[in-house]
Amino acid sequence: MLMAKVSASPVGVHYQVAAVSGFMHRQGKTPMPTLTINGRSMSVDAANDTPLLWAIREQLQMTGTKFGCGAGLCGACTVHVNGEAVRSCQTMVGDVAGKKITTIEGLSAKGDHPLQKAWVAEQVPQCGYCQSGQIMQAASLLAKNPNPTKEEVVAHMDGNLCRCMTYSRIQKAIMRAASEMRTASATSNERRPT
Amino acid sequence: MNQHVKNATPVTSDLSRRSFLVGTAATGLVLGYAGVPGVGEALAAAPANFEPSVWYAISPDGLVTVTCGKADMGQHIASTMAQIVCEELGAKWSDMRVQLASNDPKFNDPVLGAQITGGSWSTMMNFDAMSRAGAAGRMALTEAAASAMGLPPFFKDELVVRDSVISHPKSKKQMTFAEVVKSGKATKTFTPDELKAIKLKTPDQYTMIGVSVPQLDIPSKTNGTAKYGIDVMLPGMAYGAVVTPPVRFGATVKSLDDADAKKVPGFIKAVILDDKTQTTSGWVVAVANTYANAKKAAQALKIAYDGGPNAKLSSQSLLDEAKRLQGLDDSGQFFVKDGDPAAALGSAAKVLEAEYTTSINIHAPMEPMNATAEFKGDILHIYSGNQFATRSGAIAAGAAGIDPKFVVMHQHWLGGGFGRRLDADMMVPAVQAAKAIGKPVKVIYTRENDMTMDFSRPLTYQKIKAGVDGDGKLTALSHDVVSAWPTARWGIPDFLTPSVDKKGPLDSFTVNGADFFYTVPNHYVRAIKNEMAHNATPSGQLRSVAPGWTFWAVESMIDEIAAATGKDPAQFRIALLDGKGKNDGGAQRLRNTLLAAMGLSGYGTKQLPKGEGMGVACVSSQERATASWTACVAHVAVAPSGEVTVKKLTVATDVGTQVHPDNIRAQVEGAALWGLSLAMYEKATLKDGGIEQRNFDSYTPLRMSQVPEVAVAVIANGEKATGVGEPAVTVVAPAIGNAIFNASGARVRALPITAEAVKGAMKA
Repeated sequence: MLMAKVSASPVGVHYQVAAVSGFMHRQGKTPMPTLTINGRSMSVDAANDTPLLWAIREQLQMTGTKFGCGAGLCGACTVHVNGEAVRSCQTMVGDVAGKKITTIEGLSAKGDHPLQKAWVAEQVPQCGYCQSGQIMQAASLLAKNPNPTKEEVVAHMDGNLCRCMTYSRIQKAIMRAASEMRTASATSNERRPT
Repeated sequence: MNQHVKNATPVTSDLSRRSFLVGTAATGLVLGYAGVPGVGEALAAAPANFEPSVWYAISPDGLVTVTCGKADMGQHIASTMAQIVCEELGAKWSDMRVQLASNDPKFNDPVLGAQITGGSWSTMMNFDAMSRAGAAGRMALTEAAASAMGLPPFFKDELVVRDSVISHPKSKKQMTFAEVVKSGKATKTFTPDELKAIKLKTPDQYTMIGVSVPQLDIPSKTNGTAKYGIDVMLPGMAYGAVVTPPVRFGATVKSLDDADAKKVPGFIKAVILDDKTQTTSGWVVAVANTYANAKKAAQALKIAYDGGPNAKLSSQSLLDEAKRLQGLDDSGQFFVKDGDPAAALGSAAKVLEAEYTTSINIHAPMEPMNATAEFKGDILHIYSGNQFATRSGAIAAGAAGIDPKFVVMHQHWLGGGFGRRLDADMMVPAVQAAKAIGKPVKVIYTRENDMTMDFSRPLTYQKIKAGVDGDGKLTALSHDVVSAWPTARWGIPDFLTPSVDKKGPLDSFTVNGADFFYTVPNHYVRAIKNEMAHNATPSGQLRSVAPGWTFWAVESMIDEIAAATGKDPAQFRIALLDGKGKNDGGAQRLRNTLLAAMGLSGYGTKQLPKGEGMGVACVSSQERATASWTACVAHVAVAPSGEVTVKKLTVATDVGTQVHPDNIRAQVEGAALWGLSLAMYEKATLKDGGIEQRNFDSYTPLRMSQVPEVAVAVIANGEKATGVGEPAVTVVAPAIGNAIFNASGARVRALPITAEAVKGAMKA
């Protein structure tokens, strides 16, 4: 009956979360690589020459990191390795064992990193597919340069394609987040006992 | 067993003959149009047995979930549909939710009678139905509340509905939507006449329409939780990587050797596609336990091909063939035939003639094509983000060898569509792989698959002849448009248009826009199908479709005529937009939009530095009947080397009514930058039957460093809401071309515009 189908579901479409695939074989003879992702240590059942992108998406079922080109040309798969923005499609699992990996899911506890809040405030995403990569790329800039110029933002972001062409809103959101981060940091400095 | 299968026979979608039902279900209140016209009244007595198109539901906790039958590819159409319902319903925006519809025909577009998203049609064609659905829900809730509050029925007009609360100010009584739903009293049937008689709000009463509410899908697109087709995970699922032949279409597999693939860990099987839908040709899918292994296995396959009939063709062959066809007197069919252009050209004081071309262009949405197929009992489940569920479901069924009524499509957010996801090629390998191994399979294209197997924007060739009289007045214009016919490929007669000369249907999606709003007494437009291009480069609808090339030709030629007759190109257009005859109304709106763009850009108000110039263009995209009036002033600098810098694009657009002002600006800006990208940066070429560009190193859409200043003016004058996703794409290239001419005297007639072409035209 109809009733069974209609329910007040959360925003978005219903999808099924799978248990780990039933026929994943151990590959090769090397020990299973252990990755430290978003502060948690996880073993992945993947050969050392597997791109990190696919280990994150398929083995760990964290799908916020996106596949775009497989060649490091679009930035959709950007994650952080030891704080540096890298293209996970060009980074092999064997090369990041023991390093600190951060994905969009781990950028903040509640999706409230200043960049994520700025992305909502500026209503940046259209299709949204590239935006995880854009946000991760931008986060690596602001971590090092809290007060970037427009030119620095463009230079840092130029490797990230957005086919919906949301570029000007991305720029605005980065500037907004940078400003909010500076304000927050100034406020916390003021509160420090002298 | 999925519910919708028994209901899959397409029903007429004419909502004017369908009742609207509000009924109570276990999950709350369900509201929607009756599935079959005329039966609403008969079934109204027992709504529990009845299955309306559930356009929205209100749960006992007061959340309102709107089901969106449109593909959401970044235009936020799901959120927009919810906003239109919310306005009339009187709900609080934070109570609104959206879900994406399945391919059940009951979610078909009320106007189009199918589930298809394109043409910038969604808002304009669904506005009235969604508004009435919202209003009917409010009336049912209000009557139930009046009764629950103990008010006599005639007091119901004293009730105020706002932010999901129904209140009676006189008695200070109030009920929330949640309380009314829980009461189970809100049951009501509207006959088609009653529904039609509902007085909708007038624009001065709007509290939601015209407000830039937060888009419902955006938070999930900033934290990685939004689910696209590529993110689907099913238990026991395998992965497929496709091997596509070097030829775009027409190749066949001669032999397949999987000996090396068998050495790849996790490899399951290689399947040669047997595609009776002829969506693909010569494809193989390698299936393995992970996508990385599937790709390794795909690379290890040794495949010998027969290249087929198109294996020697190139972009040049397609262009040569187009020129040959254009030169024949009996080619093509007439889309427009006013007056007698041949005679008028013969007696004209001056005749101008020019050829305009556009290259093959690739959609390249950021989410590569993908689909997941799963056979469960009798039902084939397809998980994918798709723009054309009605046709795609049939193609998936064709690939499986089953009846389309046994296909259930699970819609997802689209990681970009731009027309690419009107097609269903990605479903064919998923279906046949899943069938072959007896497990669900997710097929993901590599970017190289995605680019070389795109249903591209076709290469086009256009020739225009224009005649002016002794006073410099444009009296005749003949316009031939030669291209592949993307819509003819669908095989759906209703999407084709009868020709004026009764020579059979033509694909109006190759000539739309050429039926412009300028008054030209003798005017013809001929649509000529380039069969060679049609076969070698099966084409698709790329954001803005025909107006993306027809206005490139028309708006360049208008400029050329203005230059040849010594007139200011903007003033020349204004004179042609006199609103006479069939152009009444539209021409004036387009003229006003052009004036707005001129004003905002400062056109003609100041002397520009040497090497800089401004160019104008104005368009009635997408179709004559669905136009959003759009004008652009481009400001460029041209270096002596021919290098062009676009300094600023000023775009004005008349959209009638703004549902969401901020989104309109986002869409118009995105569309204008698409226009810039197609004008300057995107070019695909065919060689030996295959697309040469394979990734973003050789096919190069606009990047952040190439974005100029963009100013957008939106005109909302209370006319009906029109579409905004595409029109601005079409106005930018001619505005840039005209600005280049204004800056340097170089006339370019081929897209994309290159420095070499500009420099060459300077010398000429």
